[in-house]
Amino acid sequence: MSHFEFKPKSKIREFLGEKIIFLSALSALIVVLLIFVFIFKESIPIFTDPEVQQEASIDKMTFQQQYYKDKPPKWSWQPNSEVPKYSLLPLALGTLKAAIVAMLFAVPLAVAAAIYTSEFASSRFREIIKPIIELLAGIPSVVLGFFALIVLATVIQEALGLTFRLNALTAGIALGLAVIPIIFTVAEDALSAVPMPLRNGALALGANPWQVSLTMVLPAALPGISAGVVLGFGRAIGETMIVLMASGNAAVISASFTDSIRTFSATIAAELAEVVFGSAHYNVLFFIGSLLFVFTFAINLGGDLLLSRLKLKLQGRSS
Amino acid sequence: MMKNLVIMTVTSALLFGLVIAGNTITIKGSDTLVRLGQRWAEEYMKLNKGSVIQVSGGGSGTGIAALLNGTTDICEASRDMKEKEYTLAEKANIEPYRISVALDGIAVYLNEENPVKQFTLAQLKDIYTGVVTNWKAVGGPDARIILYSRENNSGTYAFFKEHVLKEEDYADETQTLPGTAAVVNAVSRDKNGIGYGGIAWAKGVKYANVKKDEKSPAVEPTIVNVTDGSYPISRELYWFFNGKPAGELKKLVNWALSPAGQKIAEDIGYVPLSKELAEANMVE
Repeated sequence: MSHFEFKPKSKIREFLGEKIIFLSALSALIVVLLIFVFIFKESIPIFTDPEVQQEASIDKMTFQQQYYKDKPPKWSWQPNSEVPKYSLLPLALGTLKAAIVAMLFAVPLAVAAAIYTSEFASSRFREIIKPIIELLAGIPSVVLGFFALIVLATVIQEALGLTFRLNALTAGIALGLAVIPIIFTVAEDALSAVPMPLRNGALALGANPWQVSLTMVLPAALPGISAGVVLGFGRAIGETMIVLMASGNAAVISASFTDSIRTFSATIAAELAEVVFGSAHYNVLFFIGSLLFVFTFAINLGGDLLLSRLKLKLQGRSS
Repeated sequence: MMKNLVIMTVTSALLFGLVIAGNTITIKGSDTLVRLGQRWAEEYMKLNKGSVIQVSGGGSGTGIAALLNGTTDICEASRDMKEKEYTLAEKANIEPYRISVALDGIAVYLNEENPVKQFTLAQLKDIYTGVVTNWKAVGGPDARIILYSRENNSGTYAFFKEHVLKEEDYADETQTLPGTAAVVNAVSRDKNGIGYGGIAWAKGVKYANVKKDEKSPAVEPTIVNVTDGSYPISRELYWFFNGKPAGELKKLVNWALSPAGQKIAEDIGYVPLSKELAEANMVE
């Protein structure tokens, strides 16, 4: 049997080792902060420069504007025009619609798959099915977008008799495909982590496996599943390529999910490469970027807080 | 020994890269022009071994922005620079020098199953500004017109807006697609779709004939009709330089404007300049 001998290390090396690891951890935080600072910095003229505010102020980006004297006020995104129009509301609505469709499609499928995989599947089947679903995560989003554009859009249009071929529904379903592996992975881990004594106790009291899963294990794993859903939502909001190709990119305000939409991410992707450096349009695009950053950051932060709060509650503590 | 080999390889690779970078001509810009730019680059590089030309698309707006940022030698554009862009060029100390290199017609694409064959310019304007929303108003079936367009950074978008929409806004419901090929693809899959783009592109869709007004004859978007000016929606395609081109750039553009260069353009479906226009644009 081998044994280890620890020689006393010099104090300096230990000190340095600790500090280097600390700096590495700190650098991740600093990088995130710097990215936000750079993006937000390019949108500051919206708040400070009166020339930019003539075209795009917070007020102009939020509320209906009367752009022409003979036409009613409306929300419109048309930056390359004699009268540039920068309403963010159609874009925000579009982003939300796509994310909602994605979640409605992905959450039931992913959670059901996770419950089956962790509770009912034989261990051999589990070893096959888990990597296959996680393979979905490996599909490049541009491939999913292409699939949605060429195949999915036609299938959905013919099945439902829709007017618009490229719409929120099509883009949302393709988005859901990208989000399913995220929710599945986290949910499955959460369900597997529920301690055996909980299940065994329920079985001993006479519950059948279904009752154990749905009334004991699922509620116990809820923090983890919720965290997975929140992460998936964050991904759905920020995903670019799928919506760029399959949503039609039309900035309309409508309640229907079968109308075309334009999302924040697709707007940035389509317009940033061209925009004249330093123009109001440029500032607005960076402002949209900051909004996306803040929003997904808040979602993920909220998800983490929710997770820790619920975990503590389930462990019987209050804080 | 190994270390020296590695150092030598890395250094020579870097130097090689610098040399290539030094002699490379970068062309960026219009998606309408990108096929022509690539073809010209290929032929020119065959005739002039040692020159390296890199061509990419992204839209006229992208090319102009690149010219203003100093990241390209030649900007391909399917529209003229706007006043705002000329002002920004002044601020950035760039002197845009414009040369017409070819002509282009903007064709209106329709799905092959669509019975409609022609439009007046006024009808096209009404369709794309959202005033007319049903095909039956222009002689088609009773169905909603689905509008497809290029993204707002495209020179084709801007040209169509200026000359057909008379600077009015596109309808909110207009769906935007990245690139003319995507527009053609979308219209080919949507029997109620309508799209527009350069006449060198259409595969799987049919062209509509355009009438200037009710009384004029409907003109087909063909090369001949664009060169002689009878097709109502046509434009010049440009190359923008920073200052008057000299050296390799001057050689390239004069070759493109020569009968040999213009023949290549015609072979791949672009409309060549008339002899007079080509000679007027050459650089002394």
